[in-house]
Amino acid sequence: MQILRHIGEYTLLMGKVLRLPDRQRMFWRQYSRELEKQGLQSLPIVLIISIFIGAILTIQAKTNTENPLLPTYTVGLLTRETLLLEFSSTILCLILAGKVGSNIASEIGTMRITEQIDAMEIMGVNSANYLILPKILAFVTMMPMLVIISTAVGLVGGWAVGAFTDIITVHDYLIGVQYAFNPYYVWYGIIKSLVFAFVITSMASYYGYYARGGALEVGRASTNAVVNSNIMILFLDLILSKLLL
Amino acid sequence: MIEAKDIVKSFEGNVVLDHVSATLRDGEVNMIIGQSGSGKTVFMKSLIGLHTIDSGHILYDGRDLAKMKEREIRELHREVGMLFQGSALFDSMTVMENVLFPMEMFSRQTREEMEERAAFCLRRVEMPEHVWHLMPSEISGGQQKRVAIARAIVLEPKYLFCDEPNSGLDPKTSLVIDALIQDITREYNICTIVNSHDMNSIMEIGDNIIFLKGGKKEWQGSRHEIMSSENEALNDFVFASDLFKKVKQANN
Repeated sequence: MQILRHIGEYTLLMGKVLRLPDRQRMFWRQYSRELEKQGLQSLPIVLIISIFIGAILTIQAKTNTENPLLPTYTVGLLTRETLLLEFSSTILCLILAGKVGSNIASEIGTMRITEQIDAMEIMGVNSANYLILPKILAFVTMMPMLVIISTAVGLVGGWAVGAFTDIITVHDYLIGVQYAFNPYYVWYGIIKSLVFAFVITSMASYYGYYARGGALEVGRASTNAVVNSNIMILFLDLILSKLLL
Repeated sequence: MIEAKDIVKSFEGNVVLDHVSATLRDGEVNMIIGQSGSGKTVFMKSLIGLHTIDSGHILYDGRDLAKMKEREIRELHREVGMLFQGSALFDSMTVMENVLFPMEMFSRQTREEMEERAAFCLRRVEMPEHVWHLMPSEISGGQQKRVAIARAIVLEPKYLFCDEPNSGLDPKTSLVIDALIQDITREYNICTIVNSHDMNSIMEIGDNIIFLKGGKKEWQGSRHEIMSSENEALNDFVFASDLFKKVKQANN
C-alpha cells in the first residue's frame, strides 16, 4: 500500500511539475542557476573520480589479462568499454545521486518545513513547477556532457598508467582504446544518463516536496531520496541494457 | 469580505471544525483566537484553501472557494497576502528579491517600476535601506516579519492573513508589528485575518474577534466587548493571567 501511495503522489507531483512555466523569464533564470549548481559544481568530483577509476580499471584489466593468448591491446579495449558502457553512465549517476539528489531533497525539504513552499502557493505560484522543473531540465541537460567528460577523463587516467608506470605501454593502450570502436555505445551511455538524470532529480524533489516535520525529517527525506533513486537507477539500468544492447 | 458558512472539517474522523460560521470584514483586523488545539490554525488554513473542507461554504466577496478549480484558486491567491509565523522568507534571495518575487511572477510592470514599488513597500514597513541587499538570515526576527509584511502587501492584496505574527518577538517589536498590521489594514481597506493567542495583540488591534473552543465558535465581538463579556469560556481564556484579571476588575 505504501508503495502505491508513493507512486500516486509522485505521479500527481510530476503532473504539477511538467507544465509550461507561469513566467518564462523566471524559469530561464532558475534554469541557468541550476545548470551551474547541479552541473558545473559536479564537475570537480566527476573529474577526480573518473581519472582515478580510469587508472584503476587499467591496472585491474592488466592484472586479469596476463595471458599470452590475449593481445596486448586488450587492456585499453576493456578500459574503454567499461567506462563507456557502465562507469560513466551508471556508476557516475549513482555517485551523483548522492551529491545532487541529497542537495535537492534537503533544499526543497527545508523550504517545505519552513513554509516557503506554502508561501509560494498562497501567492498563486505553482511551486512544484517553479522549483522542480528547472532542476530536472538542467540536470538532464548537463548529464550527457558529464558522461562524455567522464569517459574522456577516465581514458586519460588509463593513459597515465601507461605513461608513468611500466604496467602497460602507451602504444598498446592507445591501440586498445581505438580498437573496434562502436559509436553506438556512446549513445547507449547518453540515453541511460538522460533517464537516470530524470530519476535522480525527480525522486529527490518528490522526497523533499513531501517532507513533513523538522530537521530530522528533512535528513530522512534526503537519505530516502538517495537510497531509492540508487535502487531505481540499478533497476532501470537492467531494463535499458536489455532493451538497448 | 470573507464569509465562512457552516464549515465542517475533520481529520480521519476527528472533527476539528464543527459548523463554524463567521463574517470577516474589510478594513478591520479580524482575529481568530483560542487555546492551542481549538482549531484556529485549521480554520485559517481552510479559509485560505490549504485545507479542503468537508462541508460548508467560504465566500470571497461572494466567490465560493469550494466551487473553484485549481487555476481559479491560484488566481484568487494572487489577491491574498500572507504573513507566516516563521516569516517564510525565501532564504536564497535577498530582502529586496523577496519583495520583488510576487511582482516578477505576476506583474506586467517594467523592472524599474517593480523596484520602485518594492522600495516603497520596504520603506512603508520602515526597513532601513542598507539591509535591502542582505539575506534573510542576516537580519533580525522583527525585521524578517517586516519584510514578510512588505512582500505580502506588494501586490496590493484584498485579503491579508497573518499566522501568529508576534510569535518569537519581544513585546516592543510585537507592538510595532501590530501597529503596522493595523495601519496597513486601514490604509488599504484590506480584510485582515490574524490568528493569535497573544492577549496584547488581541486587546490592541482586534476589531472583530472570533473565539474558537473545541472546534466551535464560542463567541464573536470586538475588543471593547471582551471586557464586558459574560461568556465563561472566553473569560477563562482571556483573563487567564493575573494582569488581565486586574485590568478587568479595574475596568468594572
